[in-house]
Amino acid sequence: MQTFEYSRPTTLDQAIQAGARSKTAQQYADVRFVAGGTTLVDLMKLDVERPNQLVDINGLALDQIQSAPRGGVVIGALARNAAVAHHPTIQRDYPVLSEALLSGASPQLRNMATTAGNLLQRTRCVYFRDTAHACNKREPGTGCSAIGGHNRTLAILGTSKDCIATNPSDQNVALTALEATIQVRGAKGERSIPIGEFYLKPGTTPNRETVLEPGDLIVSVTLPAVEPGTRSHYLKLRDRAAYEFALSSAAVVINVSGGRIERVRVALGGVGTVPWRSHEAEEVLRGQRMSAAIFRKAAEAAMKDARPASENGFKVELAKRCIVRALTVSTQSA
Amino acid sequence: MAKDQKPTFAPEFGELERSESEAAPATKVTRRSFLGHLGAAGIAVTASPVLASAAVQNAPAQTPAAAAPAGSVPVTLKVNGEQHTLNLDPRTTLLDCLRENLNFPGTKKGCDHGQCGACTVHVNGKRVNSCLSFAVMHSADEIVTIEGLGTPDHMHPMQVSFVEHDAYQCGYCTSGQIMSAVALQAEPVGPTDDDVKQGMYGNICRCGAYPNIVAAVQAARRNA
Repeated sequence: MQTFEYSRPTTLDQAIQAGARSKTAQQYADVRFVAGGTTLVDLMKLDVERPNQLVDINGLALDQIQSAPRGGVVIGALARNAAVAHHPTIQRDYPVLSEALLSGASPQLRNMATTAGNLLQRTRCVYFRDTAHACNKREPGTGCSAIGGHNRTLAILGTSKDCIATNPSDQNVALTALEATIQVRGAKGERSIPIGEFYLKPGTTPNRETVLEPGDLIVSVTLPAVEPGTRSHYLKLRDRAAYEFALSSAAVVINVSGGRIERVRVALGGVGTVPWRSHEAEEVLRGQRMSAAIFRKAAEAAMKDARPASENGFKVELAKRCIVRALTVSTQSA
Repeated sequence: MAKDQKPTFAPEFGELERSESEAAPATKVTRRSFLGHLGAAGIAVTASPVLASAAVQNAPAQTPAAAAPAGSVPVTLKVNGEQHTLNLDPRTTLLDCLRENLNFPGTKKGCDHGQCGACTVHVNGKRVNSCLSFAVMHSADEIVTIEGLGTPDHMHPMQVSFVEHDAYQCGYCTSGQIMSAVALQAEPVGPTDDDVKQGMYGNICRCGAYPNIVAAVQAARRNA
């Protein structure tokens, strides 16, 4: 591990000023914010991240979970995944988020990992994590070892010829289906970014994963108010029943009235290079009467543009069944 | 178990033979003293920057007033109710600090990447993987390790339950299992064996002692 200077600011401004000195906020940022450490310390041990300055933001008061003035909930950047998952308001109004969080990592990791850290969780692609291999996300221009290599767990949607790495988060799939917004404080002030505009598909620059710039500090995530009668559910399919990343997952937020689907949002995990919003599935479902056939039709639409690699073709059908099952469970007795 | 045994080494279950030998006269070579010397020698040869700093901390030739190694940072840690002030390479994880600098070897290093749970300790009452944060990040925190949970004469009820249910084989994961199990008692975990399995899946046991671990945790919960 490369050594670093450690600082622990006590104000947001101090933290932002420290972060703004970084040349990039993306791969190999020379200044990194650290909160839970569960991703960053892991990657620093592997030499996949090599910050020379570590800015510990745990001294900032950003861990509250509170109701927003105009409805909805504001989750502080430092709210731990366990605290969010077990929060009574989240469990009551946003079960999809609680279920997603509890399906990920382990109890110990959920006590450490934060809301903002989870937003910035890095891929588990083995070639990204192993500095002996070529990886365009880690070392731009070196090539992608995954495309012709072991890619069973990797993405089938949003891929490019340069990168097929999967976004590994469960939380971010639920937040995508909930249309959360991300509040960022930076050198130029504060801005609010819809989660749908936060992540960048790999394209030719897989080293750029988000729209964040040096000095940008996520301060909170806002969940919009839920309409009465909204149901939501997160379904995660994986190689074992616990402590494993998704092969395919689906987050559904849905309103059904008189057997007809009024509003629905579908997001997918384990299959996309970013947390994957399926507008295609939503268009099929909107205004339709609930049925197994329409769920399947939505699933087919969601996978219309899937481009599997050599080992992950099974994910196309798995993701379809995952979507159908998540829709079925979330609308049971609706 | 010998009465004069150092309490800091005491609660390492599954290592009773070793613990007894450790209580032997200081001239006798024990497993820990042998490994300790071997480790110090290895550090001197390979001069890994992280461990070099730890070696300086522990080296008998150094006095407490010796200058801090270049690049080290002052750290104050509260572990098992006691304050410790030391200079550390900022790369020192909480796990390595506990084991190598503060002589709390009950906390084990398994994978060192947050995947096995052997390094589980309590920080401000919550269980965490001590391998995934740097010690310097914990200056304001209350840390409890297995050594702070109980002693051979006054074991924590969860430790008693693990002994009674033979909830280990090699014992390497056991301190992490017990730290997790104690924390689990204060978490919203349901009453069934399946709930306990869900609550304990962050602790891997490669011997496969899981049935007895679940039984031990359940018995301790019933008696709590």
